[in-house]
Amino acid sequence: MSDRKIRVLIAKPGLDGHDRGAKVIARALRDAGMEVIYTGLRQTPEMIVEAALQEDVDVVGLSILSGAHMALAPRIMELMYESELDDVAVIIGGIIPDEDVEPLKEMGISGVFGPGASTESIIAHIRGLAARA
Amino acid sequence: MKSIETLIEEMRSGSRRALARLISQVENETPDGQHALKLLYPHTGNAATVGITGAPGTGKSSLVNTMTKELRRRDKTVAVVAVDPTSPFSGGAVLGDRFRMNDLAGDKGVFIRSMATRGNLGGLARATFDVVRVLDAAGFDYVLIETVGAGQSEVDIAKAAQTTVVVEAPGLGDDIQAIKAGILEIADIIVVNKADRPGVKNTVRALRAMLDLGHRQKMVAHHGQLMLMQDGPDTEPEYDFWRVPIIQTIAVEDDGIAKVIDKIEEHGEHLRETGMDSDRERLRLETELVDRLQDALLRDLLDKTGPDELEALLQQIINREVDPASAVRQLVSAS
Ligand SMILES: Nc1nc2c(ncn2[C@@H]2O[C@H](COP(=O)(O)OP(=O)(O)OP(=O)(O)O)[C@@H](O)[C@H]2O)c(=O)[nH]1
Ligand SMILES: [Mg+2]
Repeated sequence: MSDRKIRVLIAKPGLDGHDRGAKVIARALRDAGMEVIYTGLRQTPEMIVEAALQEDVDVVGLSILSGAHMALAPRIMELMYESELDDVAVIIGGIIPDEDVEPLKEMGISGVFGPGASTESIIAHIRGLAARA
Repeated sequence: MKSIETLIEEMRSGSRRALARLISQVENETPDGQHALKLLYPHTGNAATVGITGAPGTGKSSLVNTMTKELRRRDKTVAVVAVDPTSPFSGGAVLGDRFRMNDLAGDKGVFIRSMATRGNLGGLARATFDVVRVLDAAGFDYVLIETVGAGQSEVDIAKAAQTTVVVEAPGLGDDIQAIKAGILEIADIIVVNKADRPGVKNTVRALRAMLDLGHRQKMVAHHGQLMLMQDGPDTEPEYDFWRVPIIQTIAVEDDGIAKVIDKIEEHGEHLRETGMDSDRERLRLETELVDRLQDALLRDLLDKTGPDELEALLQQIINREVDPASAVRQLVSAS
């Protein structure tokens, strides 16, 4: 169905302190017509995957500023796989060094967005994923 | 994509993934979703449904969080449906209630689902309750439904629940906003949350006065019929009225929550003892049946008539050639 709403979970795993960026993204996605489930700070990988499952989202967006992405991402992807959520796309936004982008994609992360990425590019990426589904 | 039958089978043997997917089908009102509701309906009617409504920011989600914890201590399984408004400009929504319910993560006896109001004008209560039916059929003991008590349709959702909890907080303005919205009329239980804040006593006193003024009307069951009764000081105690309790809570400290759950259980008992549960259920289903019938007949008629014919008829009405009532008779008899 073409007018089916795209549902996105926005979560902030790890211990870093603020969620301004995540909130900006959440609002931008809402303004692009998506339904955004916002779960806020300090989410464990288990909490994120459980929320993605219950909310039946199309996309999980992770905001990671702490530098812990190489530890968090594999754990989240593993849990997604165990929960049979392998058809749910995962994207990461935050401070990600260039050399980590390829390894993240190899883990199955569909998109990596650095601090310079525009919200438009994130929206376009998500729409592209939904169109493929 | 798995068949609906398979999903239902998986859901009934405990798959939360299947449950989540069924809810999406129902929420999106797909043919599969309708098929699912048809198959699930015989398994519904067992969950206690509780509507939690009130002005923005009064602490509804925080209450749902601690209420769920209390119900879990009492060995009840709990599903939560949290409804937030869709932006009329973009059609999107930020659903932020779950954010206050992080404590419930990891408990397999709890299932939380966020919902946007979407374009469901008037049909919102129906769409929400179809989702509640799926959770009911999945076997949850309680389904808690959070809505922002802002519009009529949100109030309708709360009304459709067995027990309605209206949440107030001190400092919302002297003449408590919700009273204006007429939201008190639907309350079975009133919670004054944020009791740690100044002004609680005034809020409780104002609410008590409103209730005691006798401006309330209540649907009561009498010989199997629902009647509107004035619940005032002069009312003969011929009917067994439910006295609406006002409970003070501090949701973020789990203070007063056990009392809220006690009252919800008591209210459930009261409905059963007075036979009001089946009377309310009957009324609810009758309303739903008539609503759906109206929708279906209207859609059917508009399909057959087509926009051109309707436009021509409208023009005749504008030109004073046909009066609206005759136009309707003409349309109905032609189809
Ligand atoms: N002081 C105090 N603050 C509270 C209490 N309960 C909730 N809050 C705070 O009030 C704010 C709103 O709480 P929510 O639970 O999100 O309220 P809500 O009614 O669900 O809000 P909406 O869904 O946006 O309408 C949060 O910052 C809570 O921490 C309480 O008992 N005391
Ligand atoms: Mg809320």
